[in-house]
Amino acid sequence: MMTNGLNGTLKKRKRVELLFKIMMIGSTALVIGSLVFIIGTIVWKSLPALNLSMVTRTPKGGFYLGKEGGILNAIVGSLYLALGATVLAFLLSLPLALYLNLYKGRGSKTAVWTRFSLDVLWGVPSIVYGAFGFLVMMMVGLRASLLAGIVTVALLEFPIMSRAIDEVVRLVPKELREASDSLGATRFETAVRVVARQAVPGILTAVLMAFGRGIGDAASVLFTAGFTDRVPASLLDPAATLPLAIFFQLGTPFPEVQQRAYASAAVLTLIILAASITGRVLTRRYTKHVVK
Amino acid sequence: MNEKSPISIRNLSVYYGLHPALKDVSVDIPARQITAIIGPSGCGKTTLLKSLNRLVDAVEGVRVEGEVLVDGEDIYGPRVEVTQIRKKMGLLSQKPQVLPMSIYDNVAYGPRIHGLRSRTELDRTVEHYLRVSGLWEEVSGRLHQPASELSVGQQQRLCLARGLAVEPEIILGDEPTSALDPQSSQNVERRLMELKKDYTVVTVTHILRQARRIADYLVFLFLGELVEHGPAAEVFANQRDPRTRAYLTGEIS
Repeated sequence: MMTNGLNGTLKKRKRVELLFKIMMIGSTALVIGSLVFIIGTIVWKSLPALNLSMVTRTPKGGFYLGKEGGILNAIVGSLYLALGATVLAFLLSLPLALYLNLYKGRGSKTAVWTRFSLDVLWGVPSIVYGAFGFLVMMMVGLRASLLAGIVTVALLEFPIMSRAIDEVVRLVPKELREASDSLGATRFETAVRVVARQAVPGILTAVLMAFGRGIGDAASVLFTAGFTDRVPASLLDPAATLPLAIFFQLGTPFPEVQQRAYASAAVLTLIILAASITGRVLTRRYTKHVVK
Repeated sequence: MNEKSPISIRNLSVYYGLHPALKDVSVDIPARQITAIIGPSGCGKTTLLKSLNRLVDAVEGVRVEGEVLVDGEDIYGPRVEVTQIRKKMGLLSQKPQVLPMSIYDNVAYGPRIHGLRSRTELDRTVEHYLRVSGLWEEVSGRLHQPASELSVGQQQRLCLARGLAVEPEIILGDEPTSALDPQSSQNVERRLMELKKDYTVVTVTHILRQARRIADYLVFLFLGELVEHGPAAEVFANQRDPRTRAYLTGEIS
């Protein structure tokens, strides 16, 4: 009787485990599968259109939906825009995260409210940032330009980056700060020379995450950066971006141009991939000294 | 005591929120001796130690009453520069905390923030204090390797070198051997014994045998109260308070 009962429970427990194992393996497979599927589709569909002139020349033959030339305008535009926005967002995020964690107490009102605001901002859809950016542009008399795009995308990236940096700075052990403090360091010296340094890997991840989000976003740049066939020559020129190029190209009724959309997507994916590999290499280089 | 006491604690009380961690503690720490702060867990040993270099400031909701005079100056006074106070004291924490940089930069960190720039001076300082802390032979060939690659015992001696490099007058230890293996502990104890001819050492310890080995002066805390203090030999031989006796005989711990 006893053993039968025990065997019964054991069987049930094993069944439950099996069920969960299937779910776990299933979701893992789904993630890897979709990644392969997405990249595969993009590469497959873009192959006919992908050639050197695609990445080295600006569009030709009709307005920016031309069937000839390349998407250099959008590649350069996207890089300028995302790099500018990421730098700008970083200049705001790092000081904020250090301030919240080192100058303000963990449970202080400032810290709690700031984190709450950032979390709300994080959830704001990018089209709202676009609309907001547009409104501000109107107010200051700025036309759709690289500058307006950079500022808007920086706003979009800022909550993502600062919250992510905030989380990693928060994880730096208190004892490490004490060690630096006890040597007579000012709070600022401790923040920059010790805390930020210890958090470098996490900070790099945060920056990359924000960069990826910024370069991939279409809605925020729709009104603010505009679109053009030319490579922007100044901050006040309009700038084309890859997500918008994809959007416009896919929206045409011409299959040749639609193929070019996949090529643009492949280029965008490659840029993000390259950024993330660079990030990993940098992380490895700068984590040599991090204290475990 | 033929020298003036470098640290005088006067009616010091520390509260964490409403909870008193130290109640009205007054004691003079003797110069160039090892003072051991002993007592059961949670009796305020670490709080007392950390109020000597104002590391308690970082605790949220902390309130400090009374005075701590270091070289005659109240470190809780209104015009005190806290970095200057801390510069006078090197701290060894429970678990050695190396900074996220190379061995060399760990020792050079303090001198650098206090304005030393000359490369030759820095080199000399780093070597000197690594020798004092007995680490030079082990690390001289790999000064630019990450400090985190050292063993825990070596890390603690590195922390000692780092603390000494800012030329403090006082060394504070917060159970500095508790994370170390017996041999490393012995090594650190030996360093402290050597250093007391030049420095005033105050260390928290929960190991009575360690206190017997190294302490010249004993401070016994119990539930935030200073119960008994005096030259170690006297206190160990003859306790005035029954609580001290109970602690030393292991009845309370």
